[in-house]
Amino acid sequence: MTDTTKRFRAAIVGSGNIGTDLMYKLSRNPHFEVVLLAGIDPASEGLARAREMGIATSSNGAEAVFEDGKIDVVFEATSAYVHRVNAPRYELAGIFAVDLTPAKVGAPVVPTVNLAQQGNVMNVNLLSCAAQATVPMVHAVTSVAPVSYAEIVATVASKSIGPGTRDNIEEFTYTTSNALAELGGAGKGKSLIIVNPAEPPILMRNTIYCVTGPDVDIEAVRRSVHERVAEVQKDVPGYNLVLEPFVREDHIMIAVEVAGAGDFLPKYAGNLDIINAAAVAVAQKRLIGATA
Amino acid sequence: MADITFVDVTLRDGNHTYKHQFTSEIVGKTAAALDAAGIDIIEVGHGDGLGGSTVHVGRTPEPAINLIRAACGAVKNARIGVLLLPGFGVYRDLEECKDAGVTVARVASHATEADTTKQHIRKASDLGMFTVGYLISVGMTDPKTLAEEAKKLESYGASYVNLAESQGHLVPSEVAERVRAVRNAVSIPIGFHPHNNLGLANGNILAAIEEGATYIDGSLKGFGGGAGNAQTESTVAMLKRAGHHVNADLTGILDAATVFADLVAPYPMPTIDNNSIMMGFANVYGGYVLPVRRAAEKYNIDPMALIMKLGERKVVAGQEDAVEQEAQALAAAR
Repeated sequence: MTDTTKRFRAAIVGSGNIGTDLMYKLSRNPHFEVVLLAGIDPASEGLARAREMGIATSSNGAEAVFEDGKIDVVFEATSAYVHRVNAPRYELAGIFAVDLTPAKVGAPVVPTVNLAQQGNVMNVNLLSCAAQATVPMVHAVTSVAPVSYAEIVATVASKSIGPGTRDNIEEFTYTTSNALAELGGAGKGKSLIIVNPAEPPILMRNTIYCVTGPDVDIEAVRRSVHERVAEVQKDVPGYNLVLEPFVREDHIMIAVEVAGAGDFLPKYAGNLDIINAAAVAVAQKRLIGATA
Repeated sequence: MADITFVDVTLRDGNHTYKHQFTSEIVGKTAAALDAAGIDIIEVGHGDGLGGSTVHVGRTPEPAINLIRAACGAVKNARIGVLLLPGFGVYRDLEECKDAGVTVARVASHATEADTTKQHIRKASDLGMFTVGYLISVGMTDPKTLAEEAKKLESYGASYVNLAESQGHLVPSEVAERVRAVRNAVSIPIGFHPHNNLGLANGNILAAIEEGATYIDGSLKGFGGGAGNAQTESTVAMLKRAGHHVNADLTGILDAATVFADLVAPYPMPTIDNNSIMMGFANVYGGYVLPVRRAAEKYNIDPMALIMKLGERKVVAGQEDAVEQEAQALAAAR
């Protein structure tokens, strides 16, 4: 255990689904003290929850972060447009920023893939919930077999994605697609997102297709995928393989479902957990890893 | 009587029937024939629109932009359109289409998720395209919700809202109440896109027009997901008989149907087979008719049981992976 007396002062900007869920997760973490949840809608459910928990709130967006003056880490869960404006200001103020939008200002990190290589940067990008859920699988396959093309389909419950994500479908698609190649190790990548309004809401489901050619060593792929699933489960216990890797024509098909811890939204919203678990891991590595 | 703008979707929705294997030659020749017949808008591309060529749904034999260029080069009067589902296609696809000569972009989402289309409706409008908001699977929600979603599309700048009844599930009275609810909510025109699983495509079109729809989708020989679309040539004949105005002429469109049929022969035409009827009945997305057939054969399971599972699961368009997963589950449970 590292020095738990030092609690880093964390601010969350964005009081939607992701920001509010993160507030619960960080509040349970001994290394962080959530000192602010900032949104833009004073009537938002997230801000009301923060007030109940005794956490300061603001409906003036990132401004409250700068007014505070002593924030160690800011988690931004607004939209790509907003983060592009705020990112240089955080940097100027010397605040480490964890970007949960698909703005991709800073270097992208997917914990089981490249957290160890994360340097002392001031801005880390977490791509998208779909990338956090699928890049580990693509990377598990490319670790044992060359993949010329990887494609993923993230199917999420309508209730689990808020207005920020809906306003960023372009960035979400583009950023996730690139991550499959850049971090996943595939020759090329493409991502699809499907929003399903079924009631009761469906668990976040991700299908991963990796074009490997038909002669791939599927047993090696299975081992690699199972090991990776176990690794992801350490931070996200609801991450489960629901379709064992199998060969179909020229590609491998894999599917994982992600059940959440049910902190803000019920457990169907595993998309919140997968990106927020990554946010916590990245902040710990940068702040505690450096001081430990 | 109504003044109808006819949108032929043979070369887009019909690609579902053809496993997304349309070539530039098929597209060019068919587009020329549709243009000669006086069709107003010709929609072209992968069945799931821009960015649809995927392992997930099916890969096109040549880049989809080639098909789009072939169509643009083949027409004199008709406008060439594309479909874009945000989450599949991206801005770059729209820009490429604009450069190719595409002037109509229909931006689609599931019926209850209109706010996922805002970015791409604005992008297509900014590119100067005639931009349409397109709601998929309107039979999976109620008229009131549909009206709210249509209002969002109008607010983003859509030139009209298209209601796609992608399952062929609704009967005319249910179509009428949906079009009426939307008409009372928006001031932009309304379009309608039926499927024929229960043999109601043309009848549903009449019901939609009765309530104010003025843009109508159909496809030659009914080529389209599930049991197919309204059959353009029969729909044109029907509209004329009903006294509505449509630019397409009957002889020309019958010729176009023959041109297209010869190009895809001996490929089987869509029919109202048992699977399609069950899908229409259970309100299961028509695009899954071939994936269901393939999965049922591969895993040796009853397609009806698979369709009912998909219905229970309330799958929406684009969940081809769910077909595979449910088929494996049924095979394992046997």
